[in-house]
Amino acid sequence: MSTRLIYFAWVRERIGKPQEDVELPDGVETVADLLRWLKSRGEEYEHALRYPDVIRVAINQEHVEHREKISGAREIALFPPMTGG
Amino acid sequence: MPGAVVPTVRIQAEDFDVAAEIARLTKGRADIGAVVTFSGLCRDEAGRLSALELEHYPGMAEAEIARIAGEATERWPLQGLTVIHRHGKVRPGENIVLVVAASAHRQAAFEAANFLMDYLKSRAPFWKKEHHGDGSEGGWVDAKESDDKAASRWRQAASKRK
Repeated sequence: MSTRLIYFAWVRERIGKPQEDVELPDGVETVADLLRWLKSRGEEYEHALRYPDVIRVAINQEHVEHREKISGAREIALFPPMTGG
Repeated sequence: MPGAVVPTVRIQAEDFDVAAEIARLTKGRADIGAVVTFSGLCRDEAGRLSALELEHYPGMAEAEIARIAGEATERWPLQGLTVIHRHGKVRPGENIVLVVAASAHRQAAFEAANFLMDYLKSRAPFWKKEHHGDGSEGGWVDAKESDDKAASRWRQAASKRK
């Protein structure tokens, strides 16, 4: 099952695309695993995710912590801390 | 009655009319004793900025603000609640965000509006990019730690009450 990844703000700019569909490899079970795996995919990902602790994540449009399991996620969004309001 | 109000949430590129939004909540009603509005505007930062560009996460922006607004209607006895947040390019002096909270008494309206803004700042999926007065593109606005702290004090307030 493929998962849609969506990127916003400087995460989007550094990775160089707004979204992509990926097949998650075995062993990628949590948000933290996902960030670690993405970081290894090339220097644009390394640049965007250098400090994974600051990256905020939403699964199916709801905020989650990095320890959250991602099984069954259709849509996972990665973005910097929010600056609305 | 708490929880009985269905908040109005709008995410839009266009500007909004503050007076019209207040009137929409109060028209034809005699039970509202207090309306608190908060408007957030774009500053020019002493002439440095020509605009802010607001990126948002379509779908989640509406859903997250609706979740926050729903929590406010459970915590305070509100008779009306409207939240509007703009996206796209906003110039100095223009509106960015509006919260209108209506209640029988002022305290609930003040507190609900304050709560909404604290949570919007740290949980609504919007990101501001600066555009400079000289035409160059500026950077992304950094999130403020003080905004996270402002939101977390409501959680502390809630746990103390229990």
